[in-house]
Amino acid sequence: MSILDVQGFSKQFFVHHLQRQIPAFNEVDFRLHAGEFLLVRGVNGVGKSTLLRCLYRSYLPTAGRAIYHAHAGLIDLACAADVDIAALRRTEIGHVTQFLRARPRVSAIDVVIEPLLSQGHSRAEAHQIAAEWLDAFGLKADIWDAYPSTFSGGEQQKVNLVRALIVPRRLLLLDEPTASLDASARAALVARLAQIKAQGVAMIGVFHHPEDVRDLVDGELHLTNVQVDYVAN
Amino acid sequence: MMTRPSLDQPRLVRDVPLLQARGLSRRYGAITAIDGVDLSVYRGEVLGIVGESGSGKSTVLRLLNLEEPADAGTYYLDLPGYTDQNLFTMDRYFRRQIQIRHIGIVYQNPYLGLRMRHTSSGNVAERLIMAGERNFGTLRHAAKTALSASEFPLERMDDLPIRLSGGMQQRVQLARALALRPMLLLLDEPTTGLDVSVQALVLDTLARIQRELQIATVIVSHDLGVIRALADRVMVMRHGRVIEHGLTDQILEDPQEAYTQQLVYAKL
Repeated sequence: MSILDVQGFSKQFFVHHLQRQIPAFNEVDFRLHAGEFLLVRGVNGVGKSTLLRCLYRSYLPTAGRAIYHAHAGLIDLACAADVDIAALRRTEIGHVTQFLRARPRVSAIDVVIEPLLSQGHSRAEAHQIAAEWLDAFGLKADIWDAYPSTFSGGEQQKVNLVRALIVPRRLLLLDEPTASLDASARAALVARLAQIKAQGVAMIGVFHHPEDVRDLVDGELHLTNVQVDYVAN
Repeated sequence: MMTRPSLDQPRLVRDVPLLQARGLSRRYGAITAIDGVDLSVYRGEVLGIVGESGSGKSTVLRLLNLEEPADAGTYYLDLPGYTDQNLFTMDRYFRRQIQIRHIGIVYQNPYLGLRMRHTSSGNVAERLIMAGERNFGTLRHAAKTALSASEFPLERMDDLPIRLSGGMQQRVQLARALALRPMLLLLDEPTTGLDVSVQALVLDTLARIQRELQIATVIVSHDLGVIRALADRVMVMRHGRVIEHGLTDQILEDPQEAYTQQLVYAKL
């Protein structure tokens, strides 16, 4: 089952004070099916993260189509209404980034359970689910009630990952989720990804160390400054 | 300049927005405060309005609160019995009823929202009295509930607001705004002027209430950090018009207009 059909997808930034157009990626085409893992490759600055952000619509794509097969029907992520994108983010599409924007005075556990609460889980239920996840990623229970702003980079990343993955999705956009993780947390992450991939979740990932996810990859997308090559494994 | 694709109408979200306003315009003498502003807000959603002083953002809020008339435009709230009523053309009495029962507002300046010589609990109860409640026990209980939902320390509920800190005063305003369980919450720079740690606590309360009550909220702020923390979508205003709107992260990370780029790059 196809999940995402991307055609002619392009992004350029226009910086007004420089009066300059800055190209990111151009004319990207690929198709992704349920349970498939697409690895995005390319040198630094070629637009790998930008591609993920355009699909998540943190950035507005400049041209092309990204037809997503939502539960409720087909929708073009390139030009869907903002409220539709917001609804998909709550229910179907997840974006896992390297950066945690720690909110002041919100504890790690509260950061993590928020997506569960907004899906209607009770606090007690949410706590139980979160505890299991945090444990799996090796975050010590005695800091769950502390503010992530006081955590190390690796600990913040774990909180961030759990928050991003705790609610089941149909499409996951993974932007270097293993960066700054220790070996055991990396292993826990890859194990979780393998598990949800087997459940049919489609993933598009940018990885600094692609060998971490070697066994998950079904296809690769090579971004270069001039053209884009899609290679099926 | 580059062209960008215009967005489609909602297709997955089938709900009717709680709030739909079209062509809002307001002049003060020779000055056009706002000109042709459109906005819609769904239940459970927070719409942020940003822009410099004088861009018209507070005027939009005053019109939405039915505090003053629009010179042009339509304003619908999806409330039982009022669905097809342009609120601007309604009878004054009904406008007042809607304002009391269905709209809550928190002002930056607590003197606008609170009576400083009435107790805090009295300020909250007043809202219910305006709606016709007379039983002392009921009023007291409702005031207590609303104050505690706003995380106001109940042992101080009979203090005068004038004796409270800025953060506490905002909590009393919030309790007053929420006492009748409104459908629409309007926040006008609710944390401006509070010190940073207090601001974080008030924001946290607002986010929790928003999640629990599934209210439609419009927040005006010049502080992009506040907008990032609370808003789902953002509208950027300049010279009385909306120049750009989008998902909050998209507006803050990939602003399209020159003015918005300036605003965002200056702040981050």
